[in-house]
Amino acid sequence: MVTAFFGLIGRDLRLAARGGIGSLVTVVFFVIAVSLFPLGVGPESALLERIAPGVLWVCALLATMLSLGRMFDEDFEDGSLEIIALGPLPLELVVLAKALAHWLITGLPLMIAAPVLAVLLNMSTEGFAVLMISLLLGTPTLSLIGSVGAALTVGLRRGGVLISLLVLPLYVPVLIFAVGAVEGAIFGLGEQANLLILAGGLLAALALTPWASAAALRMALE
Amino acid sequence: MATKTKKAGIGLHFFANPARFLRFARKIFPWVAIVAVACIVAALVLGLAVVPADYRQGDAYRIIFVHVPASYMALMIYVIIALASAAGFIWRHPLADLIAKSSAPIGACFTFISLVTGSLWGEPMWGTWWVWDARITSMLVLLFLYLGYIALNSAYDDPTKGARASAILALVGAVNIPIIKFSVDWWNTLHQPATISKFDRPSMDASMIAPLLLMVVGFIAYYLAVLIIRLRSEIAARRIRNLRLAQVGG
Repeated sequence: MVTAFFGLIGRDLRLAARGGIGSLVTVVFFVIAVSLFPLGVGPESALLERIAPGVLWVCALLATMLSLGRMFDEDFEDGSLEIIALGPLPLELVVLAKALAHWLITGLPLMIAAPVLAVLLNMSTEGFAVLMISLLLGTPTLSLIGSVGAALTVGLRRGGVLISLLVLPLYVPVLIFAVGAVEGAIFGLGEQANLLILAGGLLAALALTPWASAAALRMALE
Repeated sequence: MATKTKKAGIGLHFFANPARFLRFARKIFPWVAIVAVACIVAALVLGLAVVPADYRQGDAYRIIFVHVPASYMALMIYVIIALASAAGFIWRHPLADLIAKSSAPIGACFTFISLVTGSLWGEPMWGTWWVWDARITSMLVLLFLYLGYIALNSAYDDPTKGARASAILALVGAVNIPIIKFSVDWWNTLHQPATISKFDRPSMDASMIAPLLLMVVGFIAYYLAVLIIRLRSEIAARRIRNLRLAQVGG
């Protein structure tokens, strides 16, 4: 079962690696979306410094959401999802492996791009470490919650637009606590409480969302 | 023990037969409708004409008689949807699926009414149409959850699949609502401490409680009446769909 679990992750990573620029679209979107903000609100560095944590997190959230459609759709369309479901791995663990692979493909590049963009937005240096920790704790939660939305819309024609409506309200707590942590560090209010809640959210999502996603996938494969 | 479980099974599945439910619905519908109209009219008359004006807020506070019951209904209907979804998902109870599906637009409307009346009330009281207050924001998120639920339910061609998918969403949402509520409270207190404390909730006089409670009863009866109408049309629509499918198949 362990081999199957890591095999599935490895397969998704290889597919992404061979997908070329296609798998980097998420992080490119992230960079472009963030760089639109100075154009929209003006280049005053004080203003950008103030809104930097929020802008980075909102864009990371949107970038993650845009990439959710790929989590199950391609495998569903070419039939490999059914074969995976017939395999030795319980569907709950399949979801977990898929979400983990999704995080490695999208969340990790976002984490690498985020500090560079934070410099561009003139974010104050006290926030950098906490920004990275909040992304490390927050983006896997986004992938896990997103797996529910992706599984619910698998095989639907209008799935892409629908998924944003389903998933974004559920992302609200992650956004609030992550930005709260970064701003807490910047303004000297302390970041520990927010980071602990983010970690708790990650554990809860790790324990609960695979069941919901697997139930949705079972329905789609019927 | 065995008889007991059997009895519970009968209770739960009594209305699984749509014809039986329709007979029951036809009997109670006039009563529910009468109660709804009577209570809402009585509450409006009491609230708008009989109850004295508030000494600080003047007549503007009277919108509370619509605003608070609507907010209450918005939350209650989401709980009903979650419970019905759980019942539909666990026991594959067809009526529970239909109740969840038919309740969602009503709940979304009450959420919307609650937001609009709150905004109308906020203008004279706070001097602004919209405040990113914790309660208002969590109501807005609730509206988004309702819209997502309705959209997912109608996205599937097969209604039973749509019902099951949206049941999963409703249950995930039900787990999330307390977290969202808590996080929004936290967010608001962190960012803008007590900007809204100029609005003190008036300790209510007994004469003001009466129209409020009447309106809650009226809204619940209204919900039941509309729910029955929607369930009837939903059952009829499914019957038509099945007949059409049978025609194509035969």
